[in-house]
Amino acid sequence: MPKDHGIGASPKRREDVRFLTGRGKYTDDIALQRQTHAVFARSQVANGRIVNIDTTKAEAMPGVLAVFTGADFADVGGNPAGWLINSRDGEPMKEPKRPVLAHGKVRHVGDAYAAVIAETAEQARDAVEAIEAEIEELPAVTDMKAAVAGGALVHDEIGTNVCFDWGWIEDNRAATDAAIKAAPHVFTLELVNNRLVPNAMEPRASIGDYDPGTGDYTLYTTSQNPHLTRLLISAFVLGIPENKLRVIAPDVGGGFGSKIYHYGEEALVLAAAKKLGRPVRWTASRSESFLTDAHGRDHVTKIELACEEDGTFVAFRTETYANVGAYLSNFSTATPTFLHGTLMAGNYKVPNVYVNVKAVFTNTAPVDAYRGAGRPEATFSIERIIDMAARKLGIDPVEIRRRNFVQPDQFPFTSAAGLQYDTGNYDALMDKLGDLADLSGFEARRAASAAKGKLRGLGVNSYIEACGIAPSNLVGVLGSRVGLYDAATVRVNATGNISVMVGAHSHGQGHETAFPQVVADMLGIDESSIEIVHGDSSKIPFGMGTYGSRSLAVCGSAVVRATDKIIAKARKIAAHMLEASDADIEFKDGKFSVAGTDRSVGFGEVALKAYIPHNFPIEDIEPGLEETAFYDPANFTYPAGAYACEVEVDPETGVVSVERFTAVDDFGNVINPMIVAGQVHGGLAQGIGQALFEGCTYDENGQILSASYMDYTMPRADDVPFYTVDHSCQTPCTHNPLGVKGCGEAGAIGSPPTIVNAVVDALQRGGMSHVTHIDMPLTPARVWAAMQG
Amino acid sequence: MAKVSMTVNGAAASGEVEGRTLLVEFLRGPLGLTGTHVGCDTSQCGACVVHVNGEAVKACTMFAAEADGAEVRTIEGMANADGSLGVIQQAFQDHHGLQCGFCTPGMVMSAAALLKDNPKPTEAEVRKYLEGNICRCTGYHNIVKAIMAASGQDVSAIAAE
Ligand code: FES
Ligand code: FES
Repeated sequence: MPKDHGIGASPKRREDVRFLTGRGKYTDDIALQRQTHAVFARSQVANGRIVNIDTTKAEAMPGVLAVFTGADFADVGGNPAGWLINSRDGEPMKEPKRPVLAHGKVRHVGDAYAAVIAETAEQARDAVEAIEAEIEELPAVTDMKAAVAGGALVHDEIGTNVCFDWGWIEDNRAATDAAIKAAPHVFTLELVNNRLVPNAMEPRASIGDYDPGTGDYTLYTTSQNPHLTRLLISAFVLGIPENKLRVIAPDVGGGFGSKIYHYGEEALVLAAAKKLGRPVRWTASRSESFLTDAHGRDHVTKIELACEEDGTFVAFRTETYANVGAYLSNFSTATPTFLHGTLMAGNYKVPNVYVNVKAVFTNTAPVDAYRGAGRPEATFSIERIIDMAARKLGIDPVEIRRRNFVQPDQFPFTSAAGLQYDTGNYDALMDKLGDLADLSGFEARRAASAAKGKLRGLGVNSYIEACGIAPSNLVGVLGSRVGLYDAATVRVNATGNISVMVGAHSHGQGHETAFPQVVADMLGIDESSIEIVHGDSSKIPFGMGTYGSRSLAVCGSAVVRATDKIIAKARKIAAHMLEASDADIEFKDGKFSVAGTDRSVGFGEVALKAYIPHNFPIEDIEPGLEETAFYDPANFTYPAGAYACEVEVDPETGVVSVERFTAVDDFGNVINPMIVAGQVHGGLAQGIGQALFEGCTYDENGQILSASYMDYTMPRADDVPFYTVDHSCQTPCTHNPLGVKGCGEAGAIGSPPTIVNAVVDALQRGGMSHVTHIDMPLTPARVWAAMQG
Repeated sequence: MAKVSMTVNGAAASGEVEGRTLLVEFLRGPLGLTGTHVGCDTSQCGACVVHVNGEAVKACTMFAAEADGAEVRTIEGMANADGSLGVIQQAFQDHHGLQCGFCTPGMVMSAAALLKDNPKPTEAEVRKYLEGNICRCTGYHNIVKAIMAASGQDVSAIAAE
């Protein structure tokens, strides 16, 4: 019987009502008195020396209030990388400054070198056209291997395009090499993890405001983590004291990673607001989003898998070139390393893993974490080569995975890539997948497709990810410059309703509905009396925001801890009210009672007492009922899953259609199954997009060739099927109080290799045994070319 | 600058606009109807869909001046008279057809236009019709399901929540 409230139920989302009636409040919907508009002048060349910027004409244009250039920010700080990576030789990574506005040089198409503030956006746009910028175009470098080999330099001052050359785990390198040398079978695959543009549907936007009376700044911005943005601006970029800067991330229209980071536009609108004494607003056009949002993926990898005769994995070894673009975005150095290399053992008890990653500067937009962040790249490499090995060894692809799975009795299991997986049951996931995807019925469906002249293929895949990002102690050792806890304050109001202030930010994840389910269950009260407050640094405790499937696992745990404290204090108050000792008080269904008696007080009465503390033991208990908890987990969480996909390939045209997709995931305990299923659906579409449609490309001069929806193919409704998703195989996380693992990224991690495996399978079954791999996106042109050999 | 007058969600609305002012800019700016969104600059995302004289139109493809004298309906005008959610809106909530909500107004307006012309669309017809509406969050599963449910079809057989 499905529950109708509390943990495990699927109440309708309360936030939906405002979105469905047009009453959402996104950043661009906010209008402030006397507001002005910023428009940026952006580089049209990928690499260039700024010789001169003459703003005289622009300044004289109608409505123009100010023009800023890089020179205005030469003396302030830069936007930093949040994670220090050391190269194999112990050298720290190269960290060129990332200024608010380009100064001296522009380094990618779209790099902003000036900004105009005017009364209207149209006037600002017109004035940008009047800026006379003399920029001497230099040769650009966009190909990573060329960049490493000594092409043009993106940052002259560091003398190389290699940001770092990282080994993981360096001490395991020799053993891995030896194991590969000794193995009877070694399979090798070179693959590209295609560059993607996150494309949250709401473009980035920021409004800066300054109050000359108090000296307070306010930034409204499209952020997944208002406190992190505030910290970066305060501590590194503008030096505004944190207590003088309020960052508000109101309703945000999707993020997928791209809105984690601080961007220069945010600093610009704040500085301009101070200078003008008026609010300054900016909203990206979609073209600007393509040019300047942090992109995702963009790895070129060589992976080797060594196996025994029976398909037992002996070693994985990879060499990856990871594009970081022209500047280091905040998490760009963590993504290809600790979110990728550490997952290179997959779900397998393989004894040897060695990963080498070279991060490379190029004259392209910065690249950073995008839904899944590093883990899709790891999964893709592993699962593609396993498929290849299975085929060559003549072992069924499901069977080869099963033979190598970490077994349920091996947990906690320390993988050869150094992570300790707490729980899992990968065979159970595969069993469930076999049923739900009806794998045994594939042959009949293949025959039916063949009768229509279509080649049908089946792809399977298993994945593991590290989520609930994550333990400060661990990430600190690994180079993180921030902590990764989260925080919550539970405020029980005098009349018994509750405000829960959380550090996580909801931009589609449904926190306003799911978090109250947790609190309501714990307190035995109605969900509707609980309100979630998020997204405003002046209202919420210092939290690290939402990314890495961490909201529930980390912030939700903080909510639990704070609620525990509320119960503990309320119990004391109740004991006083009931004239009993604390130890004799039981709390159940919203009532405190004296054990073994019928004497009780309701939670609401206790709340009122806390705020009207007449006859109150003030020497023992403070008035009020409000508690804060910071939660820092002991480990990552490890969701895992098994996916299957069936495709039809048209042999005439190379068009691939996804016919069936089944995703079986272990997310540990599930709070709201409806929301969890929705998260998987969205991830699957993004993964299908990566596999079949999406690809961001630059030409050799650094011109972006996919800068609008005309040339960057987003998955549409008729590109995807109804999905079958399941999360009934649950091995709860052992180290957080809810036993939850996180579900936001799974779909995007597990689906790309599933699809490519299916397409290769279709072609192989169709007699094209020469096709062992096709690089994503699997466009009709690429599939057709592969078929021709 | 030119004066435009139109009926928006049943009420008279007018203002001064430049020739280049788009209908979506007029709705969002002077009229304060920020439920209609802008998600692209190439008329492809569908976040801005409204109804003009009963037809679904991308409000970023039309100048405000072109809507002079027209009947315009936006997401703010889709609820029932008593303020409760209309059938399509309610189906989106019931079937979790939205996440971040940014594409949602356009989706609802497109769905309303579809169901007006085709009261019982098949899954394939719904998917085809939504070609001009991009959603990055939902993977479309629950949007398609919601629209079919709003048309009165039984969607209980469609997998998952
Ligand atoms: S804003 Fe009109 S279609 Fe994108
Ligand atoms: S719900 Fe976010 S774009 Fe559709």
